[in-house]
Amino acid sequence: MIWIDTIVQGILLGGLYALFAAGLSLVFGIMRLVNLAHGDMIIFAAFAILLITGSVGLNPFLAALIAAPLMFGLGWALQRFVLNRVLGKDILPPLLVTFGLSVALQNGLLEAFSADSQRIPAGPLESASVDLGIVTVGWMPLLTFATAIAVIIGLNQIFYRTALGRAFRATSDDPVTASLMGIAPKGIFAIATGLAMVVVTIAALYLGMRANFDPSIGPARLIYAFEAVIIGGLGSLWGTLAGGIIIGVAQTMGAAINPEWQILAGHIAFLIVLLIRPRGLFPRAVD
Amino acid sequence: MILLETKGLTANYGQFRALFGVDVTLAAGETVAIIGANGAGKSTLLRSVTGILRNDTGMVLHRGEPIGAMPAETVMQRGIAMVPEGRKLFPSLSVEENLKIGGQVRKAVGPWTLEAVYDLFPILREKRNVPGTALSGGQQQMVAIGRALMSNPEILLCDEISLGLAPVVIRDIYAAMPRIKASGAAIIVVEQDIGRALSVADRVYCMMEGRVTLSAPAATVSREAIHTAYFGDAA
Repeated sequence: MIWIDTIVQGILLGGLYALFAAGLSLVFGIMRLVNLAHGDMIIFAAFAILLITGSVGLNPFLAALIAAPLMFGLGWALQRFVLNRVLGKDILPPLLVTFGLSVALQNGLLEAFSADSQRIPAGPLESASVDLGIVTVGWMPLLTFATAIAVIIGLNQIFYRTALGRAFRATSDDPVTASLMGIAPKGIFAIATGLAMVVVTIAALYLGMRANFDPSIGPARLIYAFEAVIIGGLGSLWGTLAGGIIIGVAQTMGAAINPEWQILAGHIAFLIVLLIRPRGLFPRAVD
Repeated sequence: MILLETKGLTANYGQFRALFGVDVTLAAGETVAIIGANGAGKSTLLRSVTGILRNDTGMVLHRGEPIGAMPAETVMQRGIAMVPEGRKLFPSLSVEENLKIGGQVRKAVGPWTLEAVYDLFPILREKRNVPGTALSGGQQQMVAIGRALMSNPEILLCDEISLGLAPVVIRDIYAAMPRIKASGAAIIVVEQDIGRALSVADRVYCMMEGRVTLSAPAATVSREAIHTAYFGDAA
């Protein structure tokens, strides 16, 4: 019985990791850009939500609704004015720029909010749970998982059902030919990063309501996101969810054996998948 | 009326100069063929017009305005659509999505709609949900032409649309040209297939080693004149 419970908790935890990873996957899929500041941006968004809930006394979900368009604007501007300038054949310049951004964000947050742990207050939701018969699960993990699925469905709808998604895919295939269709690739990249920041805001909301956070924990979230994306096979959003679940289950099972093994177990699961399927579980046919 | 004009157009790939002062004009409703051997600079000329290859000295004019420094997306939005060499369909998009994306940014009113393109190339209607790159070469070329038409362009640039295709397929594709001409677009056809090019063109330019070596009406140009312009005096 305890194992079923552990696995269910792990699957639900995977939803959180999928949320961390979805934005990263989106940006990588469209412009082959690895954003090393992704984790720090999640923490940045968490502080933004905290600030809005604290100053106005808003419900965190409403606060995230306010933060999301702001984060979209920030992501758009970051891509438009900084990252677009370094995108090119050489993958190193954008890596260095986002690494620098990561360091700057961490120190900026440290300066503004100190190293103290924070938490976004979620009221009774924090401890509410529901009995599913075999297992009892918290509303918060359940909501996180449902949100992850909703985000992935939403992103897939945008990708495959809208003109914007068509432009995303065309630009990802071939930016020069896309420009012959009247599409400005750099404008598309800016919208994609803006959209990724909206997903980052959603991830930040759940991260902040479920656990304590401080300015230094961004890079570890980046690692989980990375692992989920790579296990899933680069660029596949459902694969990313599967990747998140694998890491989540490995972590909860590791923790069940020995609490010290939680993080390590996730990384080991990642290594095992890499050994067996170096291109991930659901690789894209063309890459 | 002159729609498109190049004046002393030069183009470079790094240290290598590919065009040396090319003068070409295209009038409204006209079809112009640009012929020449491999490496003559035909494709470079089209790349310079579309903005893929930028130049900034007022050497490319659209309706009298310099467009050489504009990015490709801006040039396209002015009504200059390109059927690129090698078709360049988007592999992630179905046939229908490939067609739709051609007209999604520039939404000009005109004769070309999805249905009109399917009427022009009926086989594409059957294959509308297949990935564009799963089609045969000729069918892919039809998609590439349809994709460019979807924006109802004022000027249609066709880069080597017969390249690598079987003669019977080339015939099918060129059979569509009169209907495209009749829809009102001015057309530039870049070709190595001289016969095909002359069959649809009002005027012909021949290029050799980055220069225009012949400019003549397609109906009256002689084989000898083309031969000399194509291969040079030595040939």
